[in-house]
Amino acid sequence: MPFYVSPEQLMKDRADYARKGISRGRSVVVLQYDEGVLFATENPSRALHKVSEIYDRIAFAAVGKYNEFENLRVAGVRYADLRGYSYDRVDVTARGLANAYAQTLGTVFTTESKPLEVELVVVEVGSEPATDQIYRLSYDGSVADEHGWVVMGGQAERLASVLGDGWHAGMTLRDALALAVRVLGTATDDGGKPRTLEATGLEVGVLDRTRPRRAFRRLTGPALEGLMPGKGGAHAAERSGVADEPGDATPAP
Amino acid sequence: MSRTDANPSGRLPDAFTTPGTASFVDFLSSYAPELLPGNRALPAGSWAAELSAPHGTTIVALVYEGGVVMAGDRRATMGSMIASRSIEKVFPADEYSAVGIAGTAGLAVELVRLFQLELEHYEKIEGSLLSLDGKANRLATIIRSQLGLALQGLAVVPLFGGYDLDRATGRIFSYDVTGGRYEEHDHHAVGSGSVFARGSLKKRWRPGLDEVGAVAVAVEALMDAADDDSATGGPDAERAIYPVVATVGAGGYRRVPDGDLAAATDGVLAARRAARGGDPR
Repeated sequence: MPFYVSPEQLMKDRADYARKGISRGRSVVVLQYDEGVLFATENPSRALHKVSEIYDRIAFAAVGKYNEFENLRVAGVRYADLRGYSYDRVDVTARGLANAYAQTLGTVFTTESKPLEVELVVVEVGSEPATDQIYRLSYDGSVADEHGWVVMGGQAERLASVLGDGWHAGMTLRDALALAVRVLGTATDDGGKPRTLEATGLEVGVLDRTRPRRAFRRLTGPALEGLMPGKGGAHAAERSGVADEPGDATPAP
Repeated sequence: MSRTDANPSGRLPDAFTTPGTASFVDFLSSYAPELLPGNRALPAGSWAAELSAPHGTTIVALVYEGGVVMAGDRRATMGSMIASRSIEKVFPADEYSAVGIAGTAGLAVELVRLFQLELEHYEKIEGSLLSLDGKANRLATIIRSQLGLALQGLAVVPLFGGYDLDRATGRIFSYDVTGGRYEEHDHHAVGSGSVFARGSLKKRWRPGLDEVGAVAVAVEALMDAADDDSATGGPDAERAIYPVVATVGAGGYRRVPDGDLAAATDGVLAARRAARGGDPR
């Protein structure tokens, strides 16, 4: 004979389960810079991506269980391509995609035996920073419209305070990457030391608003090396030093 | 599986989350088959003869040292009328390939859109580019699905060219209406003016052409086709309408700017005037 479980307890158990799964993964940081939006995460794999292109101006980042968010990514690409094919390319929006994801996550959370252990960010770059859209979706289908930056995954709260202090509007790509690398390498709660991350262990992508059609670009190899803090000459070091001081917003050239 | 299975909760339908295919055409045929160009119900009978729809004409392609050049004239005809003098019939299929289409213009443009999406969809889902042969085969599949329309007289015949990243050469593929795919060597032309363009290409193409030389050969072949085929438009200096000429090499797809085409056209005309020795005929 089944025991009675109150709906509150049921939902709480599911949420705890999902949160536990998500917090095991490495964090992803998403932050705006003057010419687009930067995604960065620690990911030694060159093939299993956490950051991907969805459509011309839209990209996707996820933490949690790989098979679950990979499935959602493919669904998002199909959703966007079908929409663009039936209407027009400009009619594919991050808001529509975020809604579809929210409904999917929410329905799975309430009706299926196991919630999806994922957290997603859907980003669309506009023609200027003010028109960029960043949506953060949780395992239960809740959507948040974020401004400037987002951190997801394990240690998200602690990293968010570091990122929130360091971020300011109008950062250059180099400054934004330096901040992201610093945030990802900060000390863990259990008494670890701050680490200096190498380019080879990072997965970095940008939605670059200056690119003509498909704005998404992965930064790998020499392109990433050249942008890493401490690389690319004295000028770079000087610039990334400036980035640590909030309020010193360098306007886009 | 069809769109009727959409869950009232608004969650993405099962077809979207079913793992498997990286092909947009396969996804469409399972989820929304009515959107595929080849799947539309057609009235019975041979009505296409009376139907007048714009028709695109000549496309030429040739290989040069390090890539391939594809060019198409700008005319679309409807019977004996010129339907458009500025239509574009050569498109980037993706970063490393180009597709030009002769035949019923409306269907051709739709097929190109589907083909471009097919390649981009694969690239996004798999995270890598299809091989050039893979792309050529996908185009064959799409053309084959149009056989019903082709039998009704609404044929679409593409020419596909691209830069093969593995072999580091340009390659050209031609097709027939049944989806047959044939690799062409050195150069090829399709469409109503193709007979004249092929003759011109045969005389002008030579191994080891550079990019500028290859663009000039392509422009000249289209001028020769326009000379003898009423459905092919020549370069129109007065309105500044020049053929669409694209090069695809290791650096990717590049559309040749009108300024370069004007120079190439002038070069051909000057050479011909000189060859005639000033005789105005």
